[in-house]
Amino acid sequence: MAIPTVMGTEIEFGIIVKNDPDFDPISSCVLLVNAYREDPEGRILWDYDQENPLADARGFQVDGEKYTPNQQENIARNKTLINGARYYVDHAHPEYSSPEVTNARDLVVHEKAGERVLEASRREANTLLPAGAVMLLHKNNSDRKGNSYGCHENYLMDRRTSFKRIVENLLPFFATRQIYCGAGKVGSENRNHPCDFQISQRADFFETEVALDTMVKRPIINTRDEPHADREKYRRLHMIVGDSNMSEYTIYLRNGVTAIILSMIEDGAIDRDLSLSNPVRSIKEVSHDPTLKAELQLDNGKRMTAIQMQNEFLEMALTYAARNKLDPVAMDVLDKWQHVMTSLQEDPMDLAREIDWVAKKLLLESFIERKGLDWEDPKVQMLDLQYHDTRPDKGLYYMLEREGRMERICTDDEIIEAVHRPPVDTRAFFRGECLRRFPKEVFGVNWDSISFSVGEEPVRRIMMSEPLKGSRAHVEDLLNQSSSASELLANLNF
Amino acid sequence: MARFINQYSRNDSNSSASIWMAAAGEQKKKSKGDGGDSPEAESEGGQKMAKKGEELKEDMDSLMEEIDSVLEENAEEFVKNYVQRGGQ
Repeated sequence: MAIPTVMGTEIEFGIIVKNDPDFDPISSCVLLVNAYREDPEGRILWDYDQENPLADARGFQVDGEKYTPNQQENIARNKTLINGARYYVDHAHPEYSSPEVTNARDLVVHEKAGERVLEASRREANTLLPAGAVMLLHKNNSDRKGNSYGCHENYLMDRRTSFKRIVENLLPFFATRQIYCGAGKVGSENRNHPCDFQISQRADFFETEVALDTMVKRPIINTRDEPHADREKYRRLHMIVGDSNMSEYTIYLRNGVTAIILSMIEDGAIDRDLSLSNPVRSIKEVSHDPTLKAELQLDNGKRMTAIQMQNEFLEMALTYAARNKLDPVAMDVLDKWQHVMTSLQEDPMDLAREIDWVAKKLLLESFIERKGLDWEDPKVQMLDLQYHDTRPDKGLYYMLEREGRMERICTDDEIIEAVHRPPVDTRAFFRGECLRRFPKEVFGVNWDSISFSVGEEPVRRIMMSEPLKGSRAHVEDLLNQSSSASELLANLNF
Repeated sequence: MARFINQYSRNDSNSSASIWMAAAGEQKKKSKGDGGDSPEAESEGGQKMAKKGEELKEDMDSLMEEIDSVLEENAEEFVKNYVQRGGQ
């Protein structure tokens, strides 16, 4: 029986400061993250101790240097928020890791809350910049100069599920899901075939099928094995193949459909072999063909379009749903996936209200036609970029949303609430609530632990290796009975 | 028999634009058979189509104007200088 869904996304944003000849991305990121005011003392450490990014899911440890900042750097680069999220500097990008959620709807709410956090800190940071300098953030995946950064999806899985089976089933799924998940992009990069417009921002950057590295020779399937949970029971699937999406509907499908597919993989319900003979080539073929007519070569000799392949997954999912009880959000995701697949077959451009790449393509084509431009024009490239601008008054996605031109999944009120409140049904609740109630006593925090420093006592670390424990149902009473961290620890019999 | 030409052919970007307009609270712009083959019905239908086409064009125009007003002024310089280090 597949384990319940637990997932989250970590998103690296693009950062730039206009009119600043001395612009340095790393110091700008540090300024940005620190400009977000939530932890007044600003002294909580991110607990790197248990992190192990060099562990490979295929069963070995890679030689390499694990980077661990010293204490001062740590505090400067990391914020764990009262909504359970982590907001930090990752190399030269600000990154927001949503708290753990159990369903696609909460995922949308919390990913959108992340955009608000980034935008709020950007506005604060701007007040600290020299006159005329303006910091801008973009929720996108490349700078059109060959540099890419990611939207990473994380899914909890039962460790007993064979990694080989996961890879086999996911490669064709990931090569083709971009037809409803792609964020759209003008032009091509990374020495790929030139094109005017393509479906995915990230497709050009994939060079291998399966690998540990996330920064060079990127793999479609990443093998990082850092569960941040009970190692005996769980795996955390860390996927780097997705685009950074703006549309709520697209985010909903991206995580919602993928979560269903993973449950199906756990239950052995993917019973068709859709292996592609060259997934790295196919992911680009699909991206470079907005007409969705390109046929992909399968291992078994057949040729199928991306639509046909996704329809195979959809059919299997419908059978799976008929046999297993799916929760209401998953049923709604299936419903919307069906709707989208039908529209993609009739005319992809019918999905301008739902899918990022379609909305963007429509904007671009209309703009080009009315202005008499061509696809190489800088204004066209600017439009592509500005779609992802985090400023609500300048970002083109937000403009569409504000004018009622995009389908919503959640409300602005829910998003605002999620900036300050954690999800209620995962350990993010305990993490966020401890940070909110006992900020002065939290010493350090990680995804699966939180430690307290109380007076002269040694630091005590509470392990949270079960992602579904620490929910409101589990701990709210305990928290309400503890007016301090030392009382909490006493109540836990520490 | 009056024939109402569907002005918004499938592959025309206008049909997608009509999706945007439709959802923003306007009537769906795809033609519906109003029936009737009298000359009055035809010219009335023709006027309706022209009006819808006009509204659609205005809607797209206003969208484009708004883009113009918010789009980064010096696009060429901005795009040229937009460089990221690259992450994961």
